[in-house]
Amino acid sequence: MNKTLTARLFGPKAWAALAAFAAVTLILVPILNLVVPETSALHLSTYWVTLIGKIMCYAIVALAMDLVWGYTGILSLGHGIFFALGGYGMGMYLMRAIGREGNYQSDLPDFMVFLNWKELPWYWQGTEHFLWAMLLVVLVPGLLAFIFGYFAFRSRIKGVYFSIITQAMTYAAMLLFFRNETGFGGNNGFTDFKRILGFHIAAPETRVVLFGLTATALIGFLLLGRYIVTSKLGRVLAAIRDAESRVMFSGYNPLPYKLFIWTLSAVICAIAGALYVPQVGIINPGEMSPANSIEIAIWTAVGGRGTLIGPLIGAGLINGVKSWFTVAFPEVWLYFLGLIFILVTLWLPRGVVGQIQSYFSKQEKRA
Amino acid sequence: MNAAATTEKKPGLPISGAESAFDRAVGLERPVDSSQLDTTHGVILYLEGITVSFDGFKAINNLNLAIDKGELRSIIGPNGAGKTTMMDVITGKTRPSAGTAFFGQTIDLTKLNEAQIAHAGIGRKFQKPTVFEELSVFENLELAMKTDKGIWSSLFFKLTGEARSKIEQKLELIRLKEQAHRPAGLLSHGQKQWLEIGMLLMQEPLLLLLDEPAAGMTDEETERSGELFLELAGDYTLVVVEHDMDFIKQISARNGKVTCLHEGHVLAEGSLEQVQNDERVIEVYLGR
Repeated sequence: MNKTLTARLFGPKAWAALAAFAAVTLILVPILNLVVPETSALHLSTYWVTLIGKIMCYAIVALAMDLVWGYTGILSLGHGIFFALGGYGMGMYLMRAIGREGNYQSDLPDFMVFLNWKELPWYWQGTEHFLWAMLLVVLVPGLLAFIFGYFAFRSRIKGVYFSIITQAMTYAAMLLFFRNETGFGGNNGFTDFKRILGFHIAAPETRVVLFGLTATALIGFLLLGRYIVTSKLGRVLAAIRDAESRVMFSGYNPLPYKLFIWTLSAVICAIAGALYVPQVGIINPGEMSPANSIEIAIWTAVGGRGTLIGPLIGAGLINGVKSWFTVAFPEVWLYFLGLIFILVTLWLPRGVVGQIQSYFSKQEKRA
Repeated sequence: MNAAATTEKKPGLPISGAESAFDRAVGLERPVDSSQLDTTHGVILYLEGITVSFDGFKAINNLNLAIDKGELRSIIGPNGAGKTTMMDVITGKTRPSAGTAFFGQTIDLTKLNEAQIAHAGIGRKFQKPTVFEELSVFENLELAMKTDKGIWSSLFFKLTGEARSKIEQKLELIRLKEQAHRPAGLLSHGQKQWLEIGMLLMQEPLLLLLDEPAAGMTDEETERSGELFLELAGDYTLVVVEHDMDFIKQISARNGKVTCLHEGHVLAEGSLEQVQNDERVIEVYLGR
């Protein structure tokens, strides 16, 4: 990377923060988990590694959401579908990797034996190969987003209408995946994974590697997102958000721009989903429920739309609180989440990070 | 893909906007460049028999209009006369239900989309000033600048010194140099109008459509806009829709033609004096 590019991407403070984040996730966490003995007070248990890894996956999703919502003004209330499809892609590989270690000692995944299926459906062919499964992780959600986006954007569907259609899409997909005949394990989804690329899936070392990969993906997507939003393409996206008709009369066709950021966002979500499943150990159609997708929008709004770093913090904050709250007061969590959303909308319309930024820029003006 | 193939065979239509849907989706639409404009007959815009109906209501009814190259044409008419709808037709926002709209001799505007028409060389200023509020004044001009507007060239775009000086030149012209790095949303109404005009000029269009450009401007700003338009006429072709008769008087001073629209068609055309003394125009305006 040349110097001007890196300087433009981030300021020195932001680079330092990013380097610190990389050092913590890629060096400190593995040491605290694997090297420091369990008896030590400094030991970081695998529970925490998994929890933080999971939250980082959510943070990636929030980042993807910010690209379409915060920067382009397209509110998706169905981003969970891309996350779930990515997860299912990885899940297919993990199911095949169980081999004959399943309950029925069959070459087929257990749920297929249970349904009395004699052979693999065509769309499961090749999923025993990790690379093919990873290709599916990217291609299936990417293609779905491209086709859906093409028709929606070409018909100039915008605003709340677009949001409702995305919500309907993820709901329809959830109903489809609930059916046993669809071939994805029905409402139980996939679970009981044994190994990934030959490594034990529950082994601390595997967990740490998955954790490190998630952190790397997070950093990578943050840099990619930053490059995009600081490029002229990013300014065109912001212009589409502000005044789409002016964009058209200035000689830009908004369709390829929207389609690009929409499809990219979907693919980023899918990769987050694929990283999530081996860490959490389960994927089921619940991930496609409308509530999950709405939650993604809440993370982004709480952290601060149009700031890139905000949604990461929003996802971390909400999920941090959630993992405590759902243990302490499981019944009231949804009410609490709704309350946070209302309070943020009323008093922090630009989110936590947006608020901090405007506070500092006011201070600067005074000085 | 078939659609493109069939329209290409049509004679007399060298430029067609009917690419395949897929081409458009991936940003591969055929570029229409302003260099392809053919104005050998001295006419830059022909509208013939244009009719636009919305649920049976004819917003434009058999409208005929020809604009000469380099002309500064004023268009007046009472509310609902079809002035804005006419601009919508020319810029591809609205498709006419009948009639033809040609830019120069060869470019059929009814077959192109908004972005292609902008590339062909028609710039439009809206009635309500429309700028990118969250972007700075400089960035607004940068986005409007004539260049390849596909996604990949936008992603890897670098501002050259030449482009920068073009933008600075326009900043000077529209008197917004001091505000260059402020968000456009913070400008006054009149300044936004000028920014939008500056953005149009950055597109290097051949024909400028200006919908009520003096609305919300102070008297001084209005007069200065009038001077600017007179300066631009000749190099550019301008079509100005206005209600402010003093402003019309100022910009039509140099043999500028005035067209009066009423109920979607041309009621009178000529010098301002001729139009103002036309019996039918007086009737429409005074309601006799």
